[in-house]
Formats: sequence, C-alpha cells, structure tokens
Amino acid sequence: MAENIGVYVCHCGSNIAAVVDCEKIAQAASEWDNVVIARDYKYMCSDPGQNLIKKDIEEYGLTRVVVASCSPRMHEPTFRKTLEEAGLNGYLLEMANIREHCSWVSKDKEAATEKAIALTRGAVRRVVLHQPIKEREVPVNKATLVVGGGIAGIQAALQIANAGYPVYLVEKKPSIGGHMAQFDKTFPTLDCAACILTPKMVDVDRNQNIKLFTCSEVVEVDGYVGNFKVKVRKKPRYVDEEACTGCGDCESACVMKNRIPSEFEVGLGKRSAVYIPFPQAVPLKAAVDEENCLYLKKGKCKQSCVDACQREAIDFEQREEIVELEVGAIILATGFEIFDPSVGPQWGYGIYDNVITGLQFERITNASGPTGGKVLLKDGSEPKKVAILHCIGSRDENYNKYCSRVCCMSSVKFAHLVKEKTDAEVYEFYIDMRTFGKQYEEFYNRVQEEGVHFIRGKGAEVTEIGGELTVRAEDSLLGVYREIPVDLVILNTALVPCSDSEKVSQIFGVSRAESGFFLESHIKLDPISTTNQGIYLAGCCQSPKDIPDTVAQGSAAAAGALAAIATGKVTTSPISASVNEDICSGCKTCLNMCAYKAITFDENKKVAEINEAVCKGCGTCAATCPSGAITNSHFTTEQIFAQIEGVCENG
Amino acid sequence: MADKKFEPLIVGILCNWCSYAGADLAGTSRFKYPENIKIIRVMCSGRVDPLFVIKAFKEGADGVLVSGCHPGDCHYIDGNIKAMRRETLLSKLLEDLGIEKERFKLTWVSASEGEKFVEIVEEMTNTLRELGPLNLEGGEKIV
Ligand SMILES: Cc1cc2nc3c(=O)[nH]c(=O)nc-3n(C[C@H](O)[C@H](O)[C@H](O)COP(=O)(O)OP(=O)(O)OC[C@H]3O[C@@H](n4cnc5c(N)ncnc54)[C@H](O)[C@@H]3O)c2cc1C
Ligand code: FES
Repeated sequence: MAENIGVYVCHCGSNIAAVVDCEKIAQAASEWDNVVIARDYKYMCSDPGQNLIKKDIEEYGLTRVVVASCSPRMHEPTFRKTLEEAGLNGYLLEMANIREHCSWVSKDKEAATEKAIALTRGAVRRVVLHQPIKEREVPVNKATLVVGGGIAGIQAALQIANAGYPVYLVEKKPSIGGHMAQFDKTFPTLDCAACILTPKMVDVDRNQNIKLFTCSEVVEVDGYVGNFKVKVRKKPRYVDEEACTGCGDCESACVMKNRIPSEFEVGLGKRSAVYIPFPQAVPLKAAVDEENCLYLKKGKCKQSCVDACQREAIDFEQREEIVELEVGAIILATGFEIFDPSVGPQWGYGIYDNVITGLQFERITNASGPTGGKVLLKDGSEPKKVAILHCIGSRDENYNKYCSRVCCMSSVKFAHLVKEKTDAEVYEFYIDMRTFGKQYEEFYNRVQEEGVHFIRGKGAEVTEIGGELTVRAEDSLLGVYREIPVDLVILNTALVPCSDSEKVSQIFGVSRAESGFFLESHIKLDPISTTNQGIYLAGCCQSPKDIPDTVAQGSAAAAGALAAIATGKVTTSPISASVNEDICSGCKTCLNMCAYKAITFDENKKVAEINEAVCKGCGTCAATCPSGAITNSHFTTEQIFAQIEGVCENG
Repeated sequence: MADKKFEPLIVGILCNWCSYAGADLAGTSRFKYPENIKIIRVMCSGRVDPLFVIKAFKEGADGVLVSGCHPGDCHYIDGNIKAMRRETLLSKLLEDLGIEKERFKLTWVSASEGEKFVEIVEEMTNTLRELGPLNLEGGEKIV
C-alpha cells in the first residue's frame, strides 16, 4: 500500500531542539518508505507551522501526516483540524511524542535523538494503516446536574438557570450554603458572609429552573456526554417539605433539645434531633437526624415534635427514594473538608479547652454563633493573648504537602476580628505570608498597622506550662526559639479533600490528583474539565481556593456546560469496536468483557454484535476475541503491530 | 554480568487516561529517566492483547511494560481488571517461551504519578541491564 506521508518535526522553541537533533530526525525520516517530505520547524502548532502542513498536503498530494512534537493529549485536536482544513480526514494523522516522552525526560542528547527517531518511525509505520473515521455527533440533553450546594455549586446552578436551562442541584446536607454559610466576615473586604451568600441561596430556592435535592447523593452515573443517566438517593427528611414552614416549633419541643453537638456550630453548640441547620438555611425546612432521633432509633419517644407541629409536617413514614435524572452535563462542586488537628497531639487540640480550629473561631465570632459573636474563652472570660497558627496540616511533609491557599488570609482576618472585639494581644505564627489576591496585601498591611505581632516561624507545639497555654516556635527572623504564653490558640487547619472523594471519583469516572482533590483535564489551560467528557469541576473539590476563585470557576464550569447546550450537540470520540461476522465463531467470550453492555448476541446469525452508540472504544473486547473477529478502530492490532515494529527497529 | 555497553530496549504500552498522562506529567515536571523506553499509547490497558507483548519481544524488545489506571480508576470502569486477569495467562506463556519474568511488568500509574512512573522505568531498565539481552530462541515460530 503506497501512501504519501509528510513528516513534521517540531523544535518547540528550544523545548525539543535543545536536547533532540530535530534536523537529524527529519533527515532520517526522509529515507523511510512512503515518506515524500520531511521537515523540521520551530513551532509546528503556530499558524505558519500549520500552514506548512496544509501547503504540503496540496503540493505533494499527502495522504497521511506525522507530527513529531508534544503529547497528543495536548495538540492532537489542533493538528487533526489542520488536516481537515486541507481536506484530509483528521484521523489520517499520527503524533510522535518527542517532548514529554523524550526531550524533557532525557539527559543524553544522542540517545534522546535515537529515541525520537524510533518514536517517529513507529508513528510513520502506524499511520500507513490509518483509516479515515467520521467524528460522532450526539445530541445534548439540555438539563445539567450540579453536585454540591456550596458557593461553587450555587454559582454554577444560577448561571445556567438564568440562561434559561434546567438544573438539578444535589446537596448531601439538609441545606445548601457549604462552608461559606458558617463564616462571619470574608476577607479581604470584610463583607458579612451571610449578607452576600443568603441572597444567592434564596435565588436558588426561587428559581423556576432549579430543582433542588437536599439530603441527597448521587449513587450511579451511566451514559456519556450529552446523555448521562443519573440515580440520586434522596434520604428521608421525615418532614413534609411542602407542609413545613420552618417555624422551629418542633425543634423547641424535641426531647433531645440542646443535647446533640451541632455540625454547623462545629461542635460548639447543641441542637435537637429535629432541627433547622441554621437560620438562613435553604430550604428553610426542618429535618430529623436519624442517628439521634429516639423514635427512629429506639421506637420509643413521646414524639412531642409531632404534637408541636401545627402543620402536621413530621412524617416518620418517609422512606428513602431513588430518583432517576437525565442530563447532558455534570458539574462537580463537592468542596472540601477541614483537616482534623487532633491527629497531631503537638497542637493540643482536643487536649486543652482553649485550642480551637479556624472554623470554630468563625462560629465564635459570628453574631448568630454560640457566644453571640463575643470572642470568649471556654470559661466565659475574654482572652488577653491570642495565638493564630498558620499551616496546620498544610505545607507539611507529614500531612499534606500542598499550600491550602486561603489560610494566611483567613488568619489575618481572624487577627483583625480579635482586635476589633477584644483588647487582646494577637500573635500570628507563619512560615511565609501568602497574600496573593486582589486587595489582599493591602488588607495584610492594614492588620499589621492594627498592632498584630507577626512571628515568622511555624507554631511547632502547644503545651501548658504552669496552667498557661504556651506556643513554642522558632522565630526564623530573629533566629531564636520562642515560648509565648497565651490563653486562646486558633489552629488554622488545612483544606483537605472530602472523605468520600474516592467513592465520588469512581461514581463519576473522574481521576484524583496525588493530594486527593479531583484532577482537572489540564492544570493551566483547562482547570474546569475532567478527562470524562461532559463532567466539569468547580470550587475546592479541584483544589483549595478562596471565594473569588471559587465563584469564577463555578461560572466557568457553567460556561462549559452551556456551550454544549447552546449548540445542542457535541462531538465525541468516534473510536469504537466492531465485529466481523464472517470471522466471529459465536463463542460469546466478548459478551462478559464489555463494561457497558454494548455487545449482544444475535441468536439467528450466531454472532456477536456491537452497539456503536454505547461502545466507548476501550478495545477490551478486541483484546480478548480468540478468533480476532473484533476490530478496535484507530487502535487495530495491525496498527499497533506496525508501531511496535517501528519503535523496535535498530533498537 | 552483562556487557556494560548493553542498553535494553523497553516497549511501554500505556493507557491514555492514566499512565500515558502520568508519563506526560513526568515530562512536564522535567524528571529524567533512561532513554531506553519507547512508549506506545492504547486507550485502555484492557486493550493490551497478550500478542502485543509477544510481538514486542519478537521485534527485539528486551522488556515490556504495560501500565494502566489503578484498580477502580479505569476510565472504562474495569478494563485494567481484565488486563490483570490476562496477566496470569501471559506470564505462563512467557515462561513457556523461556522469557524471564523480569522482562514483563504490569503496573498501575495514575495521571498524577509522574514520579512513580520514573521510578518504575528506572528500576526496570536497571534490572534489564543486569539481565542482559533477550535471547528468543525459535521466536519466529510463535507469532
Ligand atoms: C476557616 C475558613 C475561613 C475562610 N474564609 C474565607 C474568606 O474570608 N474569604 C474567602 O474568599 N474564602 C475563605 N475561605 C475559603 C472558602 O471556604 C472556600 O473558597 C469556599 O467555601 C469553597 O466553596 P465550595 O463550594 O467549593 O466548597 P464548600 O463550601 O465545601 O461546599 C461544598 C458543598 O458540597 C456538598 N457536598 C460535598 N460532597 C457532596 C456529595 N458527595 N454530594 C452532594 N453534596 C456534596 C457539601 O455538603 C457542601 O454543601 C475560608 C475557608 C476556611 C476553611
Ligand atoms: S483507561 Fe487506564 S486502564 Fe483502562
């Protein structure tokens, strides 16, 4: 089979050319079978680079193209388009990855050049056997699923709903709002968190296009981009949402009143077994906590809540429900959890009364919190010396290597609030100050002027000396070891991935980074997509970030979903598998191989059949067929054999 | 001891979503590893027909590395589990052909494990340097 192949070797500036001799690759390639032209060029992906290919396709009548450059995961779509523009099918392209897999990882220039030649030869051998393939276009369901009702999910849901399209918002807790709902003020402008968040929460409630599911979790995701089928488990609230007015009468009547540690108050306040999570909750409806309700747990309770509710909203007969939804896109906005500092006894958390976390401080300083907004010690007195410790569980080889990004700023915020509300001296223990955002450095300067002591050194230990809490730290500016007695310690803990993030990643088929946060498709150029087409990320589930970045990412994820909705269709990978009926022996081995049930057995013809619309093209069936009757398009056995021959030759 | 100058040829067959991306990350992070490995991409480790591995040995590879997503993380649900099941059969086949077990490796490398990929390649290259070239007697008969 004679083909006219053009080979293009990219220098990528000096990224490739500094290590690999690009000219030599082109020279070698020009001598291979079927190659009619081989060139090297500074930037193949640039306009002139692409035009070079297009011109050659015309002039030399190229039928196949090989680009030796960066990873196909980066620019395969770019060069496919180049081919299409010159009238060639995009799948008549093959890329040799001589950057990520060669120049960037090699020290020995000669060996690297040999390796690059081998990779390019593999691509040339393979491309000869390529077949044109038509991209698949699938219609897009106009509804979107947003998972997680923190500020990220709220922003994304509102954006899509306001554009006129339906949204299902699934939140596992009884109310939306996420962590932001627990805060008092927000840096850098000290807006009251509730004042800026509540209107958005209410908007969600009122928006006709948003269907909100609380106390709910996604348990199964099927289908593919444009056409996902989702199962949502709606746990019983034991309160009729239609009837409940959120008056709180049940809460006051509950036998367990003030006996259960409140999640919202981070353990600092107590609630009932039937409760409204916080005054601004959306939906403003009570929920019964199964674990602590005496009636649900033991079947024995006088049910004073039932008597107290004039609307007869309490309903112990409610059962779990599975709701099936069909959506075109999914936005994951499941947020973060707080690092538990009790794993490190050196910080004294859970040992000393007046050692608290940053999130607990948010509640203490909040007017609706357990102390009515007064900064008080456990015994009710006002603190005279307060220590704020940065990076607890962050930037620490023993716990999390990454920086949690928001803690320097929230620590500065805490210092300001302590100063505003008390006469206490405030000591901040930091490794480096990271005040990177808009107006952040200005806020830091302002708080410095308020007389807060900034000590450069990580708070290493919290102990009690002579009945007094003492923070030990090495002051790296003064070069001395310091012991500072205080009466309140605020541990500003790391933002960590949700404890169920592994399970969630498997349900949605997305990957996780080393840190455990969900993995984006490209860290710089596509931080909102995942490798599962049609599933997007927003907010802290991708990585720790502040509210401005979270909101921006929420909007960006919404834009991703809206783009597909607006055009009504998306193109999906056309790579699939097919059965050659003449060869198939009807052994049915492949039937069990397919995770998507795309393969069925035709009892009349006694052969296997593959439903292309359902097939995702992984090729597992092709690898198993004992008679070689299954072809995995674009990854055929012949193509892979040819590539193996190419990379091994002279090897 | 093998000849010092001997440099083994390793064919790496990597799944697109995890291991190939992990190898890309090793590159983006500028980690260095021996030039011996030549990487071929498949969509899923489940695509790896035992014949691919045999073919590579027949074409002159001294070692073959197959790598996919961690169990539970396969982009196609469980293609890697199927690859894992095939491994037993393949190892037996290689043994029958007189190919030492060190020459074939099935690993799991996620898209964020660039460092792990480098370690695997380094270790395998060193093992094969020690082991020396593959001598596939009668290799022509098998494919
Ligand atoms: C102590 C502290 C103070 C801070 N102060 C500030 C500040 O002043 N200014 C600022 O800009 N930033 C601040 N931040 C950062 C801010 O908290 C985050 O930027 C923001 O909360 C991120 O929002 P999110 O929606 O991504 O996550 P979250 O707020 O965590 O919301 C996630 C939501 O998803 C739900 N969820 C989780 N898993 C599932 C699931 N499987 N199914 C369904 N629902 C699920 C959760 O219940 C929650 O409602 C602070 C952070 C901390 C820890
Ligand atoms: S996609 Fe990586 S192993 Fe299946």
